[in-house]
Amino acid sequence: MNTDTQYLHQVAESDYEHGWSTDIASDTIPKGLNEEVIRLISAKKQDPDWMLESRLRAFRHWKTLASDTDKYPRWAHLDYPEINFQDISYYSAPGSKPRYESLDEVDPELLQTFEALGIPLEEQKVLAGVAVDAVVDSVSVATTFKEELAKLGIIFCSFTEAIENHGDLVRKYMGSVVPHTDNFYAALNAAVFSDGSFCYIPPGVRCPMELSTYFRINQAGTGQFERTLIVAEEGSYVSYLEGCTAPRRDENQLHAAVVEIIAHKDAEVKYSTIQNWYPGNAEGKGGVFNFVTKRGICEGTGSKISWTQLETGSAITWKYPSVILKGDHSIGEFYSVAFTKGRQQADTGTKMLHLGRNTSSTIISKGISAGQSNNSYRGLVRINKRAENARNFAQCDSMLLGDRCGAHTFPYLEIHNPTAQVEHEATTSKVGEDQMFYCQQRGISEQDAIKLLVSGFCQEILTKLPMEFAVEARKLLAIELEGSVG
Amino acid sequence: MTPILEIRGLQASVEDMPILKGVDLSVNPGEVHAIMGPNGSGKSTLASILAGREDYEIDGGTVHYRGDDLLEMDVDERAREGVFLAFQYPVELPGVSMMNFLKQAVNSVREHRGQEPLGAAALLRLAKEKAALIELNPSLKQRSVNQGFSGGEKKRNEIFQLAMLEPAMAILDETDSGLDIDALRSVAHGVNQLRNPDRGFLIITHYQRLLNYIVPDFVHVMVDGQIVQSAGKELALELEKRGYDWVYDHISA
Repeated sequence: MNTDTQYLHQVAESDYEHGWSTDIASDTIPKGLNEEVIRLISAKKQDPDWMLESRLRAFRHWKTLASDTDKYPRWAHLDYPEINFQDISYYSAPGSKPRYESLDEVDPELLQTFEALGIPLEEQKVLAGVAVDAVVDSVSVATTFKEELAKLGIIFCSFTEAIENHGDLVRKYMGSVVPHTDNFYAALNAAVFSDGSFCYIPPGVRCPMELSTYFRINQAGTGQFERTLIVAEEGSYVSYLEGCTAPRRDENQLHAAVVEIIAHKDAEVKYSTIQNWYPGNAEGKGGVFNFVTKRGICEGTGSKISWTQLETGSAITWKYPSVILKGDHSIGEFYSVAFTKGRQQADTGTKMLHLGRNTSSTIISKGISAGQSNNSYRGLVRINKRAENARNFAQCDSMLLGDRCGAHTFPYLEIHNPTAQVEHEATTSKVGEDQMFYCQQRGISEQDAIKLLVSGFCQEILTKLPMEFAVEARKLLAIELEGSVG
Repeated sequence: MTPILEIRGLQASVEDMPILKGVDLSVNPGEVHAIMGPNGSGKSTLASILAGREDYEIDGGTVHYRGDDLLEMDVDERAREGVFLAFQYPVELPGVSMMNFLKQAVNSVREHRGQEPLGAAALLRLAKEKAALIELNPSLKQRSVNQGFSGGEKKRNEIFQLAMLEPAMAILDETDSGLDIDALRSVAHGVNQLRNPDRGFLIITHYQRLLNYIVPDFVHVMVDGQIVQSAGKELALELEKRGYDWVYDHISA
C-alpha cells in the first residue's frame, strides 16, 4: 500500500468533530407510533383542528404503507438494517418552556453548543446580517431579525408559529408540492412533524439578508421530523440557508424532513444546504439515517428555484431536491457536492420535471468517495409532452479517494417532446497520482495536496454558495479530509 | 566546497529492467549542467528519481543533496529543502487556482526555512514581480493551475514557479520540448534571470538549440543509462553537428 492510500484510509477512519450532546432538560414522549401518539404530539403543539386532521390523514396513509414491508422504499443503492418505527420517540422539546422572547432567556448551555459549532447567534446577528431561526431538536428557541423582516412584510418564523399566526397560508401551501401521499417518509413526516421553518416573501420584495436555520438533533433515539415551507410571491427573491451538524450517538437516528418551495411568477428562491449529521463510527455503527424530501415548484412564468448542497454527514443519505418546472420560461438548478467516507452511503441527486414551455434546468453533481463508502448520483430529467423547447444540462463527476470505495451514477431521462435538448455528461476519476506528485514536488504536504485537489474538484459548486456559507463549506470539507489530525 | 548535488554510481530499474547503470555527476553552486542524450537513454528517469517519484527501484549508488542523503527524503521534503523539478508534462489541476496553489507551495517552503508565511497581499506582489521577470501572461495567475494553458504557457509557468520558490537545485526536464522558437527564447530568458552563484541547474534536453540560449558550464552525454562523455559547452555543438551516432562510435572506439 503506498502512502497516498494509507493517508486516505486514515482520513476515511477519522472521527467526527462535532460529536457531543448538550445536557438540556428535555420533554420527550415514549417510543412508539400510533394514533394516540399523533394526538399527543398535536396536543403538545397546540394544533388547530385542521392540523390534527391533516396529521391523522397522513398517519392513516403511512400505516397502509408501513403495514406491508414490501412497500418500504428500497430502490436506492443503499444497504441498511430495517428501521423499527415503533422503537423511536417522535417528539422531543428542549426545556420546559416552549418559547423565549429574547436570547437572555435561552439556556446558556444551548448557546454554548452553538458557539462550539462556530455559529454564535450573537456574533451572527452583528457580523453576518443573517437572521437565524435556530431549531434544536424540535422546537424553535431563538428567532432573530424578525422585526426587521416584518417591516418588509417578510414572514420568517417557526412552523408552529406559522400554524398559529398564518394558518391560512400554511393550509394553502402545505402539502401542495410534497403531498403526504408522495412517499413513505413524506407521509411519516406529515403525521409526526414537530416543527421547522416557515418563510413568506410578499410580492416584489427582495429579502435583504440570507435567511438561515440551523438544525441539530439533540435527543438520543428521537427522530427529527422537520418541515420547511417557503413561499415566494410574484417578483420576489430570497436566499435561504440550512446547515446542520449533530452530536455523536450510538443508535441510529432517523431524520425525515420535508421541504417545500413555491415560486410564483418571476420569483426566485435560492436554497443552500450544508448537511453534516453524525455519520456513524468507522465500523459503520450509529449515524443518522437521513431520508429527506425536498421539492420546489416553479409555479409562475419566469420563476426560478436553485438548490445548492454540500452533503458530508449522515450514515445514510436519501435525498433528491427537485424542481417542478410548471411555469413557462422557468428555471431549475441543482448543484451538489456529496462527500462520503468510512461506511457512509449516499444516494442523492435531483428530479427536474419540465411541464412548461421554454423551461430549462441545470444539474451539476460532484461526488467524492473515500474509505469504504458508497456514493451514488440518481437523477431524473422528464420532459413532458407540452414542454416545448425544454433544455437540460446535466454533469455528474465522481472522484474516488482510495481503492475500497464506490461511485455510481444513475441518470434517468424521459423525453416526451421532440423539441427538447438534453445533455448528460459523466466522469469518474481517481485522485491522480500525477497531480499528487506535482503538488508535493512544490513542497505541499500529502494532506494539503489532497485537500487542494478535492476542493478544486468542488470549486464550481462551492462558488454557488452564499459567501459566508462557502467559507464554512470549505472549512467543513477541509476538516472532513483532515482525518483525525488537529 | 560541498556540491549541491552529488550523484555517485546511481543505478535504478523499473520492473527489473535496468534504466540507470551507474551515473556519476556533481553540481556545484552557480553551475549549469546540461544532460543530453538520445531518447530512452535515462535522462528523464534521472530527473524523476531526483524529484522523488516512486515508480523506480534504486539498485545502487548514492545521491547527496548539500551533504544529506536525498534518496531518504519524501517528495515534499525534497521540495521544501530546495530541489525543484520543472516538469516535462506539467499536470492540470482543475479548480485549483494558481494563487491558492502558489500560496500553499510558497508558504510550505517558507515555513520549512523558518520564515513567516506570506499573506495574500505580499504573495500577490511577489507573484507580480516574478511573473514580469519571466514574462508570464499575468492573466494566467487568475486561472486554475495549467488548465487550458498552451504548451508554451505551461512551460513558462514551470519557470514562474521556479522563480517563486527559489530552490537551490533546479532540474529542468525537457523544458524545450514542444516549444516554438519564440517560446523557447522567452523560457530561456526566464531561466537566465534566475541563474545565480548559489543555485545549481540541471538541464535535461534532447536538442542542442536550448543551449544556444541557456549557455551551460558543463555538458554531459548520457547513453544507455550512463554518462559517457562530459565536457564544456562546445560538446553540445559537436553533438549537434555529428549526431548521437558519433557518440556511439566514440564509445565503441
